[in-house]
Amino acid sequence: MATTTTATTEAGAADSKRVQFGRARWIWPVIIFLALLPVIGGKTGLISNYGFLQLSLMIVYAIAVLGLILLTGFNGQISLGHGAFFAVGAYVAAVLIDQASWPYWATLPVAAIVCFSVGYVFGLPALRLEGHYLALATFALAVAVPQFLKYRHFEWFTNGVQGINIFKPDPPFGLPLSADQWMYLIVLAVAVLMFWVARNLLDSRSGRALTAIRDHTMAASTMGINVAHYKTVIFGISALYTGVAGALHAIIFEFVSPDSFRFELSIAILVGAVVGGIASLPGAVIGGVFVQVIEKYADALTKKITAAVHLPIDLEPWTIYGIALIVLMYTMPMGIAGGLTLLWRRIKGS
Amino acid sequence: MEQLIQQIASGLANGAIYACLALALVMIFVSTDHINFAQGEMAMFSAYLVWQLLEWGMSFWLALPIVALVSFLIGVSVERVILRPLHDAPILSVVVVFIGLLAIFHSLAGAIWGHTIKAIASPFPNVAFAGSGYIGPHQIGMIAVTILLLAALFAFFRFTPLGLAMRAAAQSPVSARLAGIRVDWMLALGWGLAAAIGAVAGALVAPAVYLEPNMMASILLYGFAGALVGGISSPGGAVAGGFIVGVLENLIAYFGNLLEKTTGVYIVGNGEKLTVALVIVITVLTLKPSGLFGHVTVKRV
Repeated sequence: MATTTTATTEAGAADSKRVQFGRARWIWPVIIFLALLPVIGGKTGLISNYGFLQLSLMIVYAIAVLGLILLTGFNGQISLGHGAFFAVGAYVAAVLIDQASWPYWATLPVAAIVCFSVGYVFGLPALRLEGHYLALATFALAVAVPQFLKYRHFEWFTNGVQGINIFKPDPPFGLPLSADQWMYLIVLAVAVLMFWVARNLLDSRSGRALTAIRDHTMAASTMGINVAHYKTVIFGISALYTGVAGALHAIIFEFVSPDSFRFELSIAILVGAVVGGIASLPGAVIGGVFVQVIEKYADALTKKITAAVHLPIDLEPWTIYGIALIVLMYTMPMGIAGGLTLLWRRIKGS
Repeated sequence: MEQLIQQIASGLANGAIYACLALALVMIFVSTDHINFAQGEMAMFSAYLVWQLLEWGMSFWLALPIVALVSFLIGVSVERVILRPLHDAPILSVVVVFIGLLAIFHSLAGAIWGHTIKAIASPFPNVAFAGSGYIGPHQIGMIAVTILLLAALFAFFRFTPLGLAMRAAAQSPVSARLAGIRVDWMLALGWGLAAAIGAVAGALVAPAVYLEPNMMASILLYGFAGALVGGISSPGGAVAGGFIVGVLENLIAYFGNLLEKTTGVYIVGNGEKLTVALVIVITVLTLKPSGLFGHVTVKRV
């Protein structure tokens, strides 16, 4: 009985956090500040173009993590294979730009539709799987992805192992922005839109149905919720989010290849979700930032640690990754966002 | 025809490795209901330990039991230290911890031994025998060791008090505890045995493929497929499933090549091995989740 109570309070904590996030007035100034960054930071030279690329990547990973959070955090379906949907989105964008010379913005809706369909179709067998079995099936998906992309009959448009090079678009209407700054704005706009939609989805009747299925599937279906319908649709939506993130990643990174979508990517998305907070929208932002920061600085960090404790071997970033994951599961099972909420409550409560 | 037999034979040899890994997965699944995603990396780590001992001049047959013992201890301590506090945790936490373990073993192997590929010489004598045109000595050896291992495990579970206690703990933890069995330690023993079996699998597969930190990804996937085909709740079934999947893998590649040669249409080949495994996993999970030899569990609501 004790475990159920903690579970509900934890979920409740995440819920109230979500509502706060939705009603908070500070969110708009923050977004406006972020949108003005190219003018403030770019013109004064505080933030380089490379800095904007980093910021864009953080936002992209935040969208990808949000996709996983919708599925795993709010609907209880575990996925270890979201790198696959990221890859599909990236390839859809890259192929359309490369082969059909589409403008970059037109590829996003197509990537969204394709990824939704792929996710929906994968959600059908996933209906029969629970817990560990679903983790296993999606694990297999993640491991198989690079091979999939190298398949010989797709080579004429995927370019096989070599991958596809595309070029970053220039800002339209002669705006006085660099390409990186422009793409940063686009990515930010897409992210704001997608987070807004996600919040409204979760605050709606459907959102309550999704969390009801997570908390007690059988009770939910007794209440008349069409479990199969919700589970497959949320699988599709989750894939859509991660796929759009993949498409944005391809555009700002200007390159896709099968080996950029190895199992490590799926793990990174999962780690982002777990570190940020598995059932929390702000958690997705924290997770996205974390994924990019780790990718960027883990090497330097591990070198420092190795030097500091005089280890005889050169540690690798993944060791830190793994230890961080395990420690976090003990100390903050609801991630940083969940941990902060609990802390906030304790301060307020005392 | 000769090629076909050859393919089946080498499929059986690969299957032996998958069977070992599947067996290790089942050992943990039966007692804790967890699927150990780090099993492949633990086996890879053990294979590196064998390589290290060989480098230090030990013979293979001395190194193997030592490494199996060390792996056993690693497995026991992983269960006692890392997984024990998570007994009642939600599945997601457990899965995440397994992924963390996978990352740690993977990166530690890379950090200690580097990412350049290493080779282990086959421990089996290279002799010619009847049928050696079809199957190499190392492949025969792999199959033989797997069958020996299975027989030993069967005897252990069937005829020793400790094996009986472990079975009891897995089947009905509450009654087992009432009967005076230390269920917690039985789970840790199960982990240790799984790690030791994985070590044997790693040591056997290392001479067949080259040793490097990524060597186990596809093998683990086929181990999963084998365990699922045979039924993840049945040790004997897992071994059979491993062999079935090994043969299937080679036959699919063989017929894919044959089709390409005769009609010029390419559908599957060696490049699609992982995709084949993925299809097997999903098909079995959706159509017959209990596998060929597993028993259906009835859940009370």
